Amino acid sequence: MNVLHYIASFFADAAHWHGYDGIPARLAEHVRYSLLALALATAVALPLGLLTGHYGRGGNVLALVATAGRALPSFGLLVLMFILLGFGLVPVMVPLVVLALPPVLVTTYEAMRSVDPSPVDAARGMGMGEARVLFQVELPVALPLILSGVRSAAIQIVSTATIAAYVSFGGLGRYIVDGLYQLDYEKVVGGAALVAALALVTLGVFWAAGRFAVSPGVRHAGRRT
Amino acid sequence: MNGFFDIPSDLQHSWFGLIGLHLREALLPVLAGLLAALPIAQLCVRFRWLYPPVLGVTTVFYAIPSLAFFVVLIDYTGQTELTVMIPLAVYSLVVLVPAIVDGVRSVPQETLAAATALGLGPLRRYLQVQLPIAVPAIVAGLRVAAVSSISLVSVGMLIGNQGALGNLLQDARNYHRPELAVNSVVTTAALAICVDAALVGVRRLLTPWMPRTARHGGRPSAARPAGAAAPEAEEAAR
Repeated sequence: MNVLHYIASFFADAAHWHGYDGIPARLAEHVRYSLLALALATAVALPLGLLTGHYGRGGNVLALVATAGRALPSFGLLVLMFILLGFGLVPVMVPLVVLALPPVLVTTYEAMRSVDPSPVDAARGMGMGEARVLFQVELPVALPLILSGVRSAAIQIVSTATIAAYVSFGGLGRYIVDGLYQLDYEKVVGGAALVAALALVTLGVFWAAGRFAVSPGVRHAGRRT
Repeated sequence: MNGFFDIPSDLQHSWFGLIGLHLREALLPVLAGLLAALPIAQLCVRFRWLYPPVLGVTTVFYAIPSLAFFVVLIDYTGQTELTVMIPLAVYSLVVLVPAIVDGVRSVPQETLAAATALGLGPLRRYLQVQLPIAVPAIVAGLRVAAVSSISLVSVGMLIGNQGALGNLLQDARNYHRPELAVNSVVTTAALAICVDAALVGVRRLLTPWMPRTARHGGRPSAARPAGAAAPEAEEAAR
């Protein structure tokens, strides 16, 4: 009952809408870190996953890398990097990228491996080169799964970017961490609600991207099974 | 390395004590999640229309950040271990339900028909045929849930030192002892890898009929009952 009440009064307070600690500024910071981390992670993991999946090799190494990446605790890594490197963007990016690599890597690999081999053979029979097979046949079919991997990574990044506030960084986590120290429960709950809302928006963005990017043929085929 | 295992007394635990605490805070929720996920998944298998809405609701739960979940719960359960464990149980549930549903669904119709022909009732058929065949998919989900749970416990440090090994991070800053942070990260990662390996061992014990080297051999989804079961379980690694 009172959680909703706290959220309402947090958003009703005009002081929370202006300045460097206002909701628009913090939201922009949060989105910026998240996008940067997601871009870095997909720039590394997507080509790797596509290539290993296409050639069907390196699955074991991939699984090892993914297990190691998952095993590293994001929060611990963040604090450790902060202690070793000091204040900056790198200590925040390292745990977020490490967090996002395994889902993108593994899902992309699995998606490429689960593509029906007969259209791929047909494409080769028609004289398509490896690059065209990869980008014009395998990628469109695997896209829904690949997107689900990137989506999962994005949601994890958005929710984990919250803890960057613990090492004096901005973003929506500021409200939660500051609120905890100031015993300002209203601020804590308001910040939590904002992060959860942002994660849900991310979910929506990926749903829309799926509608837009996945070819109708693939989408309907997926629905039938 | 000096004082690597020299845990400050304010944590009130030895290094091994922290490890035990960490494992308890991480794995009890996974167990709770599994116990809750089994009946939910069975309902989703029985009533097909139930699965999409259940999947939608759990995805929304999964989108709630752990720190946000913790602090909202403080109002109800205080700054206790339970506050850390409830969200972890929910996340485990979210990972496990699709894993179990896909695993149970992937049991071939012929197998079910054979079981029925042998005179197995619905309950025995579920326990003795469907569940064992779904074990690889379930364990794949359990691995993701357990590893992410172990990693997330550390965040509990922010809500009044409820983070077991994560509490070392706070002390590393307070006392300017970076080796404590290294200790926390290395120990947590080692715990996660050990639990992961143990679960792989459990799968091998429970599925003696499967080829030993199947996990990532020539065929990528050989270790799993169906290609479709893989992505959902892998996808949800928070």
